[in-house]
This record gives sequence, structure tokens and C-alpha cells, in this order.
Amino acid sequence: MTGYLVRRAGQMVLTLFLIITVAFFLVQAQPGDYASFYALNPDLPPDVREQIRASFGLDKPLWEQYLIHLKNTVTGNFGVSFGHFPRPVMDVLIERVPRTAVLFLTATVFSFYIGFFLGKAIAWRRGGVLEYTATISGATLFTVFTPAFALMMIWIFSFRLGWLPVGKFLDPLVWRHADVTANHVFGQMLLTAFLFTVFAFLVLWALRKTGRVALARWAGPLIAVGAVVVLLLWSISSVGGLALDILKHMVLPIVTLTLISFAGTMLLTRNSMLETVREDYVMAARAKGLPEKQVRDRHAARNALLPVVTSLVYSLIFAIDGSVIIEVVFSWPGTGLTLLQAVRTEDLPLVMGAMVFIGLFSLLAHVIVDILYVYLDPRIRYQ
Amino acid sequence: MITPPNYTPVPGPGSEPPVMEVGHSRIRLLWARTRLALHSFRTGWSIFMESRIGVLSLVIIGIFAIMAVVHPILMLTIWDVDTYDPVTGYAFDQVNQPAAPSWRHPLGTDPLGRDVLSQLLWSTRSEFVLGITAALVTVAIATTVGAVSAYYGGIVDVFFMRLADLFIALPGISLLIVLSALFKLNLFYLALVIGILGGFGGTAIILKSQALSIKVKPYIEAARVAGGGHFHIIFVHIIPNLLPLSLLYMMFTVTSAIFAEAVLSFLGLLDVRMSWGIMIHTANTGGYLMGGTRYWWLVVPAGASITLLCSAFYLGGRALDEVVNPRLRRRHD
Repeated sequence: MTGYLVRRAGQMVLTLFLIITVAFFLVQAQPGDYASFYALNPDLPPDVREQIRASFGLDKPLWEQYLIHLKNTVTGNFGVSFGHFPRPVMDVLIERVPRTAVLFLTATVFSFYIGFFLGKAIAWRRGGVLEYTATISGATLFTVFTPAFALMMIWIFSFRLGWLPVGKFLDPLVWRHADVTANHVFGQMLLTAFLFTVFAFLVLWALRKTGRVALARWAGPLIAVGAVVVLLLWSISSVGGLALDILKHMVLPIVTLTLISFAGTMLLTRNSMLETVREDYVMAARAKGLPEKQVRDRHAARNALLPVVTSLVYSLIFAIDGSVIIEVVFSWPGTGLTLLQAVRTEDLPLVMGAMVFIGLFSLLAHVIVDILYVYLDPRIRYQ
Repeated sequence: MITPPNYTPVPGPGSEPPVMEVGHSRIRLLWARTRLALHSFRTGWSIFMESRIGVLSLVIIGIFAIMAVVHPILMLTIWDVDTYDPVTGYAFDQVNQPAAPSWRHPLGTDPLGRDVLSQLLWSTRSEFVLGITAALVTVAIATTVGAVSAYYGGIVDVFFMRLADLFIALPGISLLIVLSALFKLNLFYLALVIGILGGFGGTAIILKSQALSIKVKPYIEAARVAGGGHFHIIFVHIIPNLLPLSLLYMMFTVTSAIFAEAVLSFLGLLDVRMSWGIMIHTANTGGYLMGGTRYWWLVVPAGASITLLCSAFYLGGRALDEVVNPRLRRRHD
């Protein structure tokens, strides 16, 4: 396992290196360069123009520029953003990456859960009304034109019903008199969410470790009590209202992203279930006289899960792409929106930085899925 | 009744020259193959038609194909160019733009006074061209890569599979956003980029795993014993057997190509004259989308077309999946 992880990390570094290279040469291949922004000014004498080019390092040969770029990228120095001048690119990205991560991780977890649940249900009862409705509505949502769908959601829930804010990350009116920054509050929210997840896992793990069914039944209530305590703590703290504002802005993007991406998992689970229900052990479980629900969840669905997890990579990439679109439509200031804005204003350092970070996202997703796979299927042992 | 392909009567002293015999048996071989292909096509077709979803998708694709054909005919017969051109036309007969649907403009006009129905029909053709080009590029690359890396194995296999891993990890839309902003992407280059991204990526891995199971079949062995070269075996014996699965992935590629084009046009990043995405882009930048149902004809036709055509190709792919993959078929019991 350790050897496998080391090799996987090596592959990841190689892939990341390729992504950085591709980003660099793409930017190089387009007409013009960094200096042309300044050097196009007709008031500049030619020697100043050369000076500007030299100060960007553009007078050096291409391979040398590439090596310098590589060195800077590895040390986390993406240069200074043109659009957010004088903030360094790294600074902008550090602020935006967690926002994308939250949007994307939450939606992925939800859509995976819903997709798996629906998928096994429709595979179990083939030909029913549920199968047709779920397949058709799922496939429609899966292939729906995401921007139009997202705009429709905004129109319904923010414009017509007025339940949720229209877009963006926070409401300036709420934050006008706040003496903390949004990043600070958001960071604390992330920390809470992380600690709570760890707590939930620990409870589940510890109760399962005791090996007694009666104790394991207490896991749900215990986690619920934890959730109530966390919520109480947040509501009496001074920044509770501010956190609520951010949460309100998060609901609609997450719901939309979940709706468009659950169908992939659902249809795959259905196919995978259709193959497992024909296995002998499912028939054996039935013959034993186990209840249908038990046969479905414990015997068929458990084994049907494996191919679904393998293809989780695809759905993760789909969700990353989807979150770019969602961010743009909802003006959610994450990496996707940053990438698009940078691309539109030709903020090339930021383009390269955002590209590298989005690539890093998908690589990490890749590795996590691999590890999850080993955990789920004891038959697989990576050498 | 199929004659064995290598059957040649022993030439007697006064018989015809053997060249003719070879030619004759070749024609017969071709005929037998065609009949076999027709037969399997007919079986596959009946399975495909059994699934309601497959029929539905075919009907939708058919309707869109008719729409694509109808536009030039209408432009030549009853629509005059000045009013109905999808890009440069202007509806002089309307006072306010965008105008609501009327007899002269069944889907109304857009904020710039152009006929929406004409735009919709005109774009259908380019969506088909884009989707099919991207699908052909994907399948051509993926089938070749899959067959070659399954057949040779070793270093070739490792190279292509690592490359596929890399391509899977690339987030397509983000890359396309960067590409389309830095370069002028028209429909053809977009199709090419999508095709290459898909062809070297996931599709290649799936086709390779299929090719692996074909490679160990006895007829491949037989072909090798009969003296078939690598090239011959790959292109005559492996790839034809990969084609049904390739067709399936063509359908999925069409979906993703149309979707990517629509998203990029919606963001205003593509160098195309008119498309469904651009129609929504025009409505959105004009601020008509938040008017909700009041200006429905600016959004609903284009949005519904994208969704319908994408899901038709997607569902068609799913129905085809049942033909290609017998384990998914519903049991007749």
C-alpha cells in the first residue's frame, strides 16, 4: 500500500508538471506577451520598451523562461495578478480555492448519495413508474443546458419566491458594520465542518469497534447531539449572523450542482445493480428468507458499489466542470469564476495559476478515489 | 449458407485460370460478410427498437435532422434574406424588439430584431456537424489507440494508458475556456479539440479493455497462423469488432461536444456566427432572462433544443448500450 501511494504520488507530480508545462506553452503560443500590455503605449520610447521586456525576463530564450517559470511555480510564486494588482496570484487563489472546494465537495457528496440511493431503488423494481420518471428526469437534468437551468433556479427561488439571495458570496448590507473579514468567518466555518466530520467518523468507528449492535444504534443520536451543540455554539457567537449569510448564499449553487450531477451516479448504479442481482449470492440471500430490503442493501448494493466508485473519477471531473459553470452563473467567487475573469481580462499570471489549481483539484480527486477503492474492495491489493 | 473463405476447387487441366477463382471467392466472402453484418444489424436493431427510450431518442434526433434540412429550403422559398437571415436579418414588420411570437415570426424575434425560429433552425445544422465531427475524431483516435495498445501491450500500452490518465484528469470545460480565450476557436477546431480530449482519454481505456478480450479470441490466433501481419490483424480483425462499442461512445461524445459548444458560446468565448448558446448569451447579456416567463421565446427554444438534442444522443447511447452489452438486457420472463 505504501509503495503504491508513493508511486501514485510520483505519477501525480508528473501529471502536475505536464499541466504546468501545457499552461505555460499555451500562453506562450498565443500572440503577444506580458509586456505588450505596457509596451503598446505609444508614448514609450523604444529603449524603455526593451527595458520593460527585460524586466519581465522576456529577452531571455524560451527554454530559460520556461525553467524560471517552473522554478517559480514549484516554490508557489505565480507572480503578481494584473487584474487584482498588486496582489500576488497565490494570495488571490488561496482566498478562492476553499470556496470552490466547499461548493464542489458538498455537491459531490450529496449527488453521490442521492444517485446511489435512487439507482439501487430503480434497479430493484424494473419497469416501474419510478424507473421511467427517474431515468428520464435524471438524464434530462444530466444533459440540461447547465447555465440556463441555473438561471432558471435563480429566477424561481430568488426572484419569484425570494427565499434565497440571487448570487454572490455574501450580502454587503449584512457585512457593512462587521469588524471581521469574510475569509476569517469562512475559515472558521470550514474548520467547524472539518472537526464535525472527524467527530462523526470517530463516533461511528468507536461504536463499531465495540462490536455490539445495541451500542451501534446510538451512533445516529450521538452525531445529531453533536450537530445541535455545534449549531448552538455558532448561534450564540458574535459572527453567527454573518455565517448564516454565507450559508444562505451557498444553498442555491449547491442544490443546482447536486441536481445536475446526481444522474450520472444513478444510472451507473442501476446498471451495476442489474448485473449483481443476477449473481448466485443474491439468490442465496433470497432463499435464506431475508427481507427484500436486506437483500437489496446488504447483498446486492454493497457489491454494486464498486464500479460506481471507480467511475467516481468521471463524475468528479464532471462536477469540477459543472462547478466552473455554476460559479460563473451564481457569481460565486471561486477558482472557476476567477479563471473566467482572468481569461477575459487577459490576466495571464492568474490564468496559469487558476489552471494549475484546477488541475491539482482533479488530481487530488483522482488519488482519493483510488484510495477509497482499495478501502472498499478488500480483494484489491496494490503492490 | 456460407462457403468457407479459403475454399478453392482444385484446378483441373482445362479449368479457368486461378486468378478468376480467387476473385470469385473474394466476392462470395464479401457477400457472406455483408449478410452476416446485415443479420447482426437486424438483431441489434430489433433490440434497440424494443427499448422505448431508444425509439424516443431516434425520433428526437430525426426531428432535429429535419429542422436542419428545412432551414435552407425555407430561406430559398418563403423567407426573404433581409428579414430572416439568422445573423444579419431585421424584422422590419415589428415595431418593438424583441417581438412576441406572431404568424410571421412563429417564435418571435430577439432583442436585435432577428427571427428566433430562423436562428434555431440555422444552428441545428452546425450542432450536428460539430457533434458528428467531434464524435468521429474521438472514435477514430480511441479505437486505434485502444486496439494498438491492447494488441502490442508493453511499453506502448503503458504510454497510452498513462496518457489517458492525464487526459481524464484534465477538466475539459476549464481547458476549453482558456483555449478559446487565448486563440480564436471556430467550430471545426473546437470539434477537433473535444475529439482529441475524448479520444485519448476515457474512451481509449474502455475500448482497450474491450480489445483485450477480442485479442485472445481464437480467430485472432487463426489469422496470425494464416500469416496475417500486425497491421492486418489490428485493422481487419480487431477494429471491426470494436466498432459497435465505438458507436456507443460516439453518441456520448456528441452529447459532450454540443454541451461544450453551448457553454462556451453562452460565455461568449467562441468564434461562431450563431448557435443555441449564443442565442441564450444574447438574451442574458440584454438582461431578458430575469424577466422570467415574459420573454420566454428568447430562452426556452434554444435551451430546450440543447437539452433535448443532448439527452436524445445520451439516451440513444444508453439504449445502444443494451444492444452492445447483453448483460443489461431485460430478461423475457
